[in-house]
Amino acid sequence: MWQAVYEDHKDDDFMVIAVAQESRGLETAQEFIDEANPSYVVLIDQEHVVSDLYNLTNVPQAIWIDEGGQIVRPPETAGSHDGWRAMNREDMSMPDNSAATIAKAQETYMNALRDWAKNGADSKFAFDEVAARAHLRMPTDNTALAFANFYLGQYLYQNGNQAEGIAFLEAAVDLKPESWTMYRQIMNLKEVGQMGFAADEAFFARVDALGAERYYEPPDLEGFPTELGFEPVA
Amino acid sequence: MVTVLTEAGHKDVPGDNTRGDDLWLSSGDAESATGWTLKPEGFCQGDVCVPTPQGKEAEFTDGDAVNVTAFWRHMGRPVLHDSAGDTWMLGNSASERGSALESLEAPDFTLPDPRGAMHSLSDYRGKKVFLTTWSSW
Repeated sequence: MWQAVYEDHKDDDFMVIAVAQESRGLETAQEFIDEANPSYVVLIDQEHVVSDLYNLTNVPQAIWIDEGGQIVRPPETAGSHDGWRAMNREDMSMPDNSAATIAKAQETYMNALRDWAKNGADSKFAFDEVAARAHLRMPTDNTALAFANFYLGQYLYQNGNQAEGIAFLEAAVDLKPESWTMYRQIMNLKEVGQMGFAADEAFFARVDALGAERYYEPPDLEGFPTELGFEPVA
Repeated sequence: MVTVLTEAGHKDVPGDNTRGDDLWLSSGDAESATGWTLKPEGFCQGDVCVPTPQGKEAEFTDGDAVNVTAFWRHMGRPVLHDSAGDTWMLGNSASERGSALESLEAPDFTLPDPRGAMHSLSDYRGKKVFLTTWSSW
């Protein structure tokens, strides 16, 4: 997904680091890496350390970091759009208007990223410090406790104590219900779902329960479609 | 033996180290498992020291042994363990995570690539880094 932007801008002192939030590591990640065959840096994060450090709630979320190691765009949805929720769940087909909205969202985000890759601090899409701080989502005590539960749950689950592991993992989701990453990683650990993504009736019921709330919070980016584009299930 | 989990990984520590809801380690084991150790100034990681609360010395230290969970809770950090008391999670607090983000200095981490080579975010200083996440699920 990021190969073209990386190839086009790698001579502009630009690097892509794509971190897999992947409890089962290469067991589940390898085929996706083989398929994408990226020349940028791919890392495997079995403990979800990056989600913990940056208070992430979903994938793909991205952070823009300047040459000096400073955050110039805090964590935000990396171009994805809730239009996917209008998908036909039988045949996975997408209504035309949703497909167009999704494409527009991707294009808007990608153009902003390319502008920054090329122009760095001069890009209008790089926030100054005040704006960057204003866009941070700060962790709460429940966030910190959720990640502690998540670490312990994963360790127990993968080291011979599945029953207790699941209890800690589910406690993590209860403490941080906005984290689709935790919720879906647990489904993947339990080997729920098919067709390459962890989805079952419970997942779709949870998505439908969002109503007008977002699965992918739109980034604060001029031109990015902020409308759902479909009538959410009440 | 107990297994101690921190953000830095997991470490097995030999011996019977639990007393109720507390985990007591020798100062050497505490350092290898958590990076924190007992010094005259208190419980320390590098130059950072948390003094033992006055009047509560017996809850926090016992000769060379240190109640790492008492210090952890004293620092506002989450402590969890499994029902058998075999596996302990020493977490990080919201305030330390939050102030790291608020500094805008991108929190560093070190992770393996698919071939097992380790990369730190800070290795890429001097470049604009698009740090993104993905998953198979």
